[in-house]
Amino acid sequence: MRRLFLVCLALAAAHPALADGPIALLLKDHKFTPSQIHVKANTPVVIHMTNADPTAEEFDSTALKVEKVVAGNDSGDVRIRALSPGKYPFMGEYHPDTAQGVVIAQ
Amino acid sequence: MLATLLIVFREVIEAGLIVGIVLAATKGVARRGLWVGYGIAAGVLGACLVAGFAGEIASLFAGSGQEFFDAGILLLAVGMLTWHNVWMAGHGRAMAQEMKSIGTAVSKGERPLAALAVVVGVAVLREGSEIVLFLYGIASQGGTSSAAMLLGGALGLAAGAAVTALMYYGLLAIPAGRLFSVTSWLITLLAAGMAAQAILFIQQGGYLEYFTSTLWDTSWLLSQDSLAGRLLHTLVGYDDTPNGLQIITYLSTILVVMVLTRWERARHPRRRLVAAE
Repeated sequence: MRRLFLVCLALAAAHPALADGPIALLLKDHKFTPSQIHVKANTPVVIHMTNADPTAEEFDSTALKVEKVVAGNDSGDVRIRALSPGKYPFMGEYHPDTAQGVVIAQ
Repeated sequence: MLATLLIVFREVIEAGLIVGIVLAATKGVARRGLWVGYGIAAGVLGACLVAGFAGEIASLFAGSGQEFFDAGILLLAVGMLTWHNVWMAGHGRAMAQEMKSIGTAVSKGERPLAALAVVVGVAVLREGSEIVLFLYGIASQGGTSSAAMLLGGALGLAAGAAVTALMYYGLLAIPAGRLFSVTSWLITLLAAGMAAQAILFIQQGGYLEYFTSTLWDTSWLLSQDSLAGRLLHTLVGYDDTPNGLQIITYLSTILVVMVLTRWERARHPRRRLVAAE
């Protein structure tokens, strides 16, 4: 059993996609945590958004070209394309006054 | 309340523009109001269903269900818009002739009306489901402010309806002889824009990730987040940072619609002669 675990660990370490892993993003009380997400430029990443609010929210960003509805008390993956260096703001479309964030590619 | 009004208006505007174009494109065809009404009703019903099952739809296809659903209904709309234009290329002139000679609405155009009703339904469904989710969120929070916010939502809907009226009467200001070719072009560009947007959704879902680098950035000139940018995005598929596959899709859609239209027109030479008299 322990050997199996070690093999899995080795495989996980060897796999570049797993090494990077999705970036966790939490929405609670219509606010994003973290509100600043740093990513490597020119590398696609996945943001795993958890919506801890009871109501649905749409992760919306024209700059990132993403519109993704995440139902209340649910989670979803937001795929971010390879970005050239820069700042890419995003918001929760249903609560744009509080749900604000930015992806910074460098 | 104002914030709610703006958010709802932002969503309604796209469907509003499309309904306006469809109404103008079908001017003079019998029972078009009924068909557009069917489209809107089906769209609202679909929007409630999609909103109600948002979580379930999203969890399909390894978490990319929403993206493929959006892409699928957009491509359905592209197909219907294309079919409408092609059908009209074959029958439109004859219909216009008939309309002039009888002076009343023609009944012939019902087949493309069904196609356009699907387009209206899709537009209402896409934007409507977001409005339902948004308003449901407000309503479920309760409290004194939710009444004001729901009022804002209603006003936002009304503003969207006003956009429909503006688009419709704006298009009707075009001389009748040219209205047909103007609406044909609008529908072609609408289809191209929707196809490019569908590609974006598919790429967001993790497929067709070819030519994904941004070709140019015109956000300094006209941001897609601005009102004008949003309007142009809906109407002609304006994108301030398009990628390669979006552009390829956009241009190929226009090309396909044009080729099919010409081919269909050539198949109906006799009607053309009649219309030319």
